[in-house]
Order: sequence, then C-alpha cells, then structure tokens
Amino acid sequence: MRSKKIFFLLVILGLIAPFLFPAFKLQMSIMWILVVLALTWDVQGGQMGYNTFGNIVFFGLGMYLCAATQIGLFFPLGEWTAAGGEKTFVHNSEQYFQGLFLGLIVAAIVPVFVAVFIGYGILGLRGHYFAICTLGLGIAAGEFAGGIEIIGAGQGMTSPPWPKGIGNTELRGEFFYYICFVLMICSFLFLRWAYSTRFGLVLNAIRDNEDKAEAMGINTMKFKISGWMVSAFFVGIAGGLMGNMIGYIEPVETAFPGRTFGVFMVLMAILGGKGTLIGPIIGAIAFHLFKEGFWTFFLGWQYVALGALIVIVVVFFPEGIMGYLREKFPERFGEVVDEKNRKSQVELS
Amino acid sequence: MDLLIFQNPILIVQASLDGILLGILFALIAYGMALQWGVMNIINIAQGELVILGGYIAYFLYISGVHPAFGIIVSPVIMYFLGVGMYKAVIYRVVDRDMFISILATFGISILAQQLMNSVFGSDVVVAQSNFGTTFLFNYMVTLPNAKIFSACISLIFAVILVGYMRYSKLGRAIRATAQNARAAKILGVDTDKVYAATFGINAAICGVAGALIAITFTLHPYVGLPYTVRSFMIVIVAGLGNLPGVALSGMGLGVFEEFSDYLFGTEFRIASVFLLLVLILVFRRFKLSRKREYLK
Repeated sequence: MRSKKIFFLLVILGLIAPFLFPAFKLQMSIMWILVVLALTWDVQGGQMGYNTFGNIVFFGLGMYLCAATQIGLFFPLGEWTAAGGEKTFVHNSEQYFQGLFLGLIVAAIVPVFVAVFIGYGILGLRGHYFAICTLGLGIAAGEFAGGIEIIGAGQGMTSPPWPKGIGNTELRGEFFYYICFVLMICSFLFLRWAYSTRFGLVLNAIRDNEDKAEAMGINTMKFKISGWMVSAFFVGIAGGLMGNMIGYIEPVETAFPGRTFGVFMVLMAILGGKGTLIGPIIGAIAFHLFKEGFWTFFLGWQYVALGALIVIVVVFFPEGIMGYLREKFPERFGEVVDEKNRKSQVELS
Repeated sequence: MDLLIFQNPILIVQASLDGILLGILFALIAYGMALQWGVMNIINIAQGELVILGGYIAYFLYISGVHPAFGIIVSPVIMYFLGVGMYKAVIYRVVDRDMFISILATFGISILAQQLMNSVFGSDVVVAQSNFGTTFLFNYMVTLPNAKIFSACISLIFAVILVGYMRYSKLGRAIRATAQNARAAKILGVDTDKVYAATFGINAAICGVAGALIAITFTLHPYVGLPYTVRSFMIVIVAGLGNLPGVALSGMGLGVFEEFSDYLFGTEFRIASVFLLLVLILVFRRFKLSRKREYLK
C-alpha cells in the first residue's frame, strides 16, 4: 500500500516537473528515454542472464524508421535528404502529428519483427559469445546505415522540425516530455506485470540454468525471443522519439551509438542493480546526473571519466545500488536472516 | 555488387597476396588474444586500443626523426610495462570472475584509451612513411608495397620467437602450466599472479609490434581499435584456443576475405563486412552445434 502511494507521488512529481524546472525539459526527457533503455536492457541482462550490447540496433532502427515514415508519407525521401530537408519541404501541423503517430507505430512494430528474425539466430549463443556477437551486430548496423544513400549515408538526415504556427519551442519540449514520460510509465507497468507472470519466472529459470529449464519442458527459445521482442518494442519507440527530439540523425553518433548509449544501458542497469525492477530506474537517474556533471565540468575529458566510471562500477560495485541496499537491509526485501546459523553458513560458503 | 574482380584474374592475385600479407599481421594480434584468453580466461576488448597505442609509439619515433621501423623494437618494450601496469591496476581483479565482467571492464578501458589518444595525438588520420619502395610482379600487373612484405616478415619472425619462447623457456612452461590448470600450477609452486602479469605484458608487447607495423603499412586513428579486437576474436573462435596453425590460416583467410569484400562491395562496407562475418560465423556454428543439442563454450 505504501509503495503504491509513493509511486503515485512520483508520477505526479513527474507530471509537474516540466513546470518546476522549465530549463531542463530536454534533459529530463532524455532521462526518461535512458530509463526505458535501462529497464529493457534488464529484461535480457538482469532477468534472462543474456548480456547484450545489441539492443542499440533497435534504437537506431526505430530512429531511422520513424523519421523516414514521417517524411516519406508526404514528401520524396531521397530529395529530402539530398536537399538538406526542412528548407524545401515544410510539414504543416496536421501532417506532422499524423506522421509522428504513424512513425512511432512503425518504429515499434518493425524492430519487433527484426528481433524475432535475428533473435532466432543469435539467442542460441551463450555467455560471452552472445555479448561479442551482439556488439558486432550493433557496430555493423551503424556502418551499414552509413553506406545507404537514401537516408543520408554518413552525413545523416534531419528529422522533420516542429511545425510553425502552433506554439513555440516551449510547447515542443513539453509535448515530447510527456510522450517520453508516458512511454517510461508504460514500460515500467508492463514489465512489472510481465515479471509477475509465468513469463518472468521462465526468464529467471533461463538465467539460473538454461539446460535445466529446457529439461523441465520449457521451450526456452520461444521465451528468449519474446523477451527480446518486448525490449525491441520499447527501445524502438524510444529511438523514434530520440530522433525527433534531437532533430538530426547521424548513423554512428546518434542512431547506433554503441560507444555511448549502447554501453550506457548496460552501465545504468548494473549501477542500479541488475535483476531488479527498481534498480535500472535508480541507476539510470543516477547515471544521468553523473553524466551531465561530467559533460559540463570535464568537457574534453568526458569519455576518460566515463571509461573510469565503467571500470569502477563493474570491478568494485557489480551488485549495484539495489544489491548494496539488499545486503544492508535484508528485512526490507522480505529476506529473513537467521542470526543463529549465519556464522556457520558464511564459513560454508 | 561489383564483379570486376572475377573478370580480371590478375586482380584476384593482387587481392589474395594483399590479403595474405595483411592476414599474417591479424594472426599475430589474434595470437596475443588467444594467449590471454587461454591463460587468464578474459576477453580483452581493449586489444585494438593497445595495437593503436603501439602504432602511435612508432609514429612518435617517426615525427621525432627516427625511422619508424625501429618502432618494432621500442614499442613492445614500452607496451610490455604498460601491460603489466594495466594488469596491476585493473585486470587482476577481473581474472577469476565472470567473463562478462572482463568484457565490460576492458570496454571501459578502451573508451578511456580512445579519448586519451585523441587528446594526446589528435584526431587526424596519420601514417608513418617508411620509404621502403614498391615491388612489382607479373610484368607490373601486381604491385606490392615493400612495407607490407616487411611487416609480414617481421610478424612471422616475432611469431616464431614467441612460440619458441613459450615452448622452451621457464616462464613459457609456467604460462602453459597455468593455462592447463591454474590451481595445480599454484600447488606446484608457480606464482600464478606473476604469470598472469607476464602474460598480459606479453600480449601488450605483441600488440605493440603489430601496432608499429600497422603504423608503417596502414593508417592510424584513435577510434579504429575495435575492428582489430573483433578480427582477433573472430580468428580465435574460428581456429580454437591453442591451435597455432589454425590461427595463422584463419588470419590469412580473414585478410583475403577483407580484400575481396573491398573489391565486391566497396571500401565503405569493409568494417561492416568484418562485423557481419563475425555474426555469421557465430550463428553458423550455433546452428551446427544445436543439431547435437550443444552450444559454443
């Protein structure tokens, strides 16, 4: 009951946040996107035990698909990218919102099918082979996108600008903030529900021992693919939104940024505590604050600081914030500590 | 798709020779990867950054007036101590833990190293001119820069020295014993911590040599490390750990594949084709093994 009250309080805080801190609307929107990325990474990395670097493929795919749909519905896509886009062709407000709506649907659906297709191939790999394979996939996707002419090749493309005539940039910020916020809440509620069903139990069984889960008669491949489909769905929408918020899509730096977002999502989930529902959210928010600090105060050295942060978190703090809290206050997590037998158990392990 | 190469047989010779010379260099880097993977059970994503760093040492010699070929002596010495330092600072904490921890930790090191190299050496593409000239074969139809032949020869010499060292020296024996069974080696009086440090140092030294050779044959840039890591990973999983002829052969095979894909798909898809080949190899092996209900270990 108490957690429900806290949840509603936080939701209300999130709803009024753009009016409390109007200067940070874009930053907070990106924070919710990061939360979505961390939550969906945790479906693989935390719950299923498949450490993926490949979710970034869906991110970039969603970004390109959303922008291409928004433009391609009304104007020739090739001419848009060749002409530098927004100068020659202008979306009116009706076209813009129709395009955005349809674009986000496409950005959600297509990555799901891609996840089925590639998931059948590479989810049969395990452990570090899976990790390296997905890392290769992410970078290959970026390099390929950089070679396709119609979406602007290496130069990238612009996504449609906010239509003139309705509101100013403030309204644009609020609009995207609320979409990102709703996406975050939806993915959180969906995953909370999914983890409470048999699906979540099967994912945990796969993490703990996949061979035994298979021997129990579970078609593990089916569940692994559906897990990845869930991630692809939300990450695709997040990518589409991100492309619209930044306004400019470049293949390696914004669409398939394996070196930034691809690692961020892993780091955020680990920082918060992987395998928990709340952990990735806490991790993403904490990481975003860290990151903005780095980018503001250590400009030019931000990746040095980031690399050092990765090493420190991974090597010294692999349990994350939730893991630390669990160690400190086990009663809060519904674990009973048997003080009498504790010592002997510690000696055994 | 450009099928020009299949219409001109001489281009096939050119691509194959280029690929083999390049592949020997890849095999050298992959040997270092296999060494640390087999002995310490870690996958080092920063392998490519070590290579590029070794290359920048040679480049530094070049801009201070020394011939860059001396880099193949200077660079491994510096890189050996750097590798040992890296081991003492970070790597020893991840050796006996989950492999994903080592992947992520070295990924962090690689991001850090990229930006450090970027701020120290600048973000331009650089090359150290060796002025070795060019060899022409088949009536001037095939051109081979002497620098490439030189780099392949040096790689071979280094590989032979390394294999001999591993086989006959005391440290080499200790490294092989640790790779077979670290616990038993420890019981029999091998200081495994020192062995691990030396292994990582030797790997860094190999990367130093390879980097110096890359500096004189190809180009250097702070952000091109990751493809070298992936290439060496691919060579190791195709050949298997501890299979030296396999490493050499699959290295050359990869080199030839890259040269052919250059002609077929164009150079802009070169990196993409390397990464895609990795995915295809892994998926192919996964389907082959899953018939016997096994998986890659």
